[in-house]
Amino acid sequence: MSDTAYLHQIAQSEYKYGFETDIEVEKAPPGLSEEVIHYISDRRGEPDWMREWRLRAFRYFMSLLERYEETYPRWAHLKYPDIDFQAISYYAAPQRKPRYKSLDEVDPKILETFRKLGIPLDEQMRLAGVAVDAVMDSVSVATTFKEELAKHGIIFCSMGEAIENYPELVKKYLGSVVPYTDNFFAALNSAVFSDGSFVYVPKGVRCPLELSTYFRINTPGTGQFERTLIIADEGSYVSYLEGCTAPMRDEHQLHAAVVELIALKDAEIKYSTVQNWYPGDAEGKGGVYNFVTKRGICLGENSKISWTQLETGSAITWKYPSVILKGDNSVGEFYSVAFTKGYQQADTGTKMIHLGRNTRSTIISKGIAAGYSNNSYRGLVKVARTAENARNFSQCDSMLLGDKCGAHTFPYIEIENPTARVEHEATTSKIGEDQIFYCQQRGLSEETAIKLIVNGFCKEVLAQLPMEFAMEAQKLLAIELEGSVG
Amino acid sequence: MALLEIRNLHARVEEKEILKGVNLTVNAGEVHAIMGPNGSGKSTLASVLAGREDYEVTEGEVLYDGKNLLEMEPDERAREGVFLAFQYPVELPGVNMATFLREALKAVREHRGLPPLSPAEFMKLLKEKAELVGLDPSLKQRSVNEGFSGGEKKRSEIFQLALLEPRLAILDETDSGLDIDALRAVADGVNKLRAPDRAFVIITHYQRLLNYIVPDYVHVMVNGRIVRSGDKTLALELEEKGYDWIKEEVGLVA
Repeated sequence: MSDTAYLHQIAQSEYKYGFETDIEVEKAPPGLSEEVIHYISDRRGEPDWMREWRLRAFRYFMSLLERYEETYPRWAHLKYPDIDFQAISYYAAPQRKPRYKSLDEVDPKILETFRKLGIPLDEQMRLAGVAVDAVMDSVSVATTFKEELAKHGIIFCSMGEAIENYPELVKKYLGSVVPYTDNFFAALNSAVFSDGSFVYVPKGVRCPLELSTYFRINTPGTGQFERTLIIADEGSYVSYLEGCTAPMRDEHQLHAAVVELIALKDAEIKYSTVQNWYPGDAEGKGGVYNFVTKRGICLGENSKISWTQLETGSAITWKYPSVILKGDNSVGEFYSVAFTKGYQQADTGTKMIHLGRNTRSTIISKGIAAGYSNNSYRGLVKVARTAENARNFSQCDSMLLGDKCGAHTFPYIEIENPTARVEHEATTSKIGEDQIFYCQQRGLSEETAIKLIVNGFCKEVLAQLPMEFAMEAQKLLAIELEGSVG
Repeated sequence: MALLEIRNLHARVEEKEILKGVNLTVNAGEVHAIMGPNGSGKSTLASVLAGREDYEVTEGEVLYDGKNLLEMEPDERAREGVFLAFQYPVELPGVNMATFLREALKAVREHRGLPPLSPAEFMKLLKEKAELVGLDPSLKQRSVNEGFSGGEKKRSEIFQLALLEPRLAILDETDSGLDIDALRAVADGVNKLRAPDRAFVIITHYQRLLNYIVPDYVHVMVNGRIVRSGDKTLALELEEKGYDWIKEEVGLVA
């Protein structure tokens, strides 16, 4: 039987076995008002303290919106039309009804990418929003995973569940790293956030599995305003994977997520992202705007937070995963590959804020630009007066494929303590024709040559990703490079 | 049929004509040396044969195994068995040597209708060829040419030659920048790779290398053309009398 026929069978059987009954897709009318906030809180069944939390943020955001011209952040090296915040609908019920009846209805280009990435059929269906029969393996895999975590006392659930079941933890830490006053989009997110992940790892526990959003089940498709909170208690370790290599299509254009990480004494959080949001069509229209505030705080001494990312999608990427190094001897790391082509724009980087003593940070950023795209690295290394003996090493390299794209570096260094040692290296290169010719002279096509050279360029960063993610990431980069040369 | 036939080849770069009618015939199994003063077009000839984009062929033809070489893309020529050992091998930072060569060998083998080697077979082959040409084994684990000394780069070129088993190997001033020991090592490697189905075109400025790699034919290039051909004794004569002598002989000195 062909794959499609099999899928038709499965899709039809979902109704036969009485799959989820929620047929109506509930959506709030577009616009932002206090009523909408109440509506969101009501639909999600939130306790009063959460509602109040949202309202505070909402009022602050409205005050910013009123003075839009002054308050809207425009310092990034990005060009895009103004967003009409009153035209967005801020709530949609979790989609329990599948979006498509079969893979036949999904954009063939997306399917082609799935195929090249070697994604198994059932996962393709889930990613594309096709109904998955309850009997299929993917659900039982997720169940086993949850059992394993429960054994160690590790909490991994949606934000919604956490607000209901672990309010003390949420109250204590939500907004502690990114308060709603932090920036324009953090304020909006705090008011209307849809869902996201909550992780708590108890003292001394080393999480045995890589936590991935894939296993969070429940709501297929990602929310527009996700909120993630990860807490690693003393002496614990967790590795979290966000995103996937498959191209994520979404009708929402604006994605303004907030991710907060808290590492207590002797704890370590490793957060990896491979993001491939829809970049828009050949003219660059309709792509996702990915504006994210990600920040971690090394609260306790000897704690460590590392961010690793491969960003290859989105029409516009605007994010600076950062680390506040408060605890003595704490370590912050940022490894990033940002690849832009077509008409994509990226303004991404990090902030390492050294507050405690003997803190260390490492920044390795690789920006690759092709087509007509613009790729900027923006970073801040700040050493406060209290930060004795701070050390930082930054390496920011840009590579241009072609001569219509741009790569820029905006490093900021603010040092208020004379014992700091800060090293910064930056290179910009264009893949040399000599290098390509050398590869060709050894029998390699121009495309293979570019893949090898770009891979070599990104190696240090990709090596930081957990293994399976790294292999997927390499494949994704190779696919993205195809046809972006010239 | 000759392996390589160059007929009346004219080529220019940036509007300047460098090759002004080169004629050369090379048969399999032969070793040809091309010598000449600076600016005579020796390296240009190598680049044109390899298919470098900057060079424009304005007249003439090149037949490789009876096929039109100039119509082929550089990577196609390589897969057909044309190898150029570069004068200044470029670095590929972060590109692991073994990975690079595995891809190259895969491409060449596929072209020849051969299946790719298993990882174990490949590693064995790498080791074998490295020993053959006396390459320091640790170099295989590094990024291509990154941080290699001049001598190591040249030896790495010969190593790649050994691995890819081309039918036409062009060595572009492989001896430049090498001390006597490195020179002998490189020559040693080349000599081991001489074969009845393989031809070498050795471009060199100095006669010295030809003491170790003894050529069947020696050609002298002056002003974009091969003006004189002979056997190995011609090289010795040049060494003794200098390039001016040839220029006089062919009436090129003012």
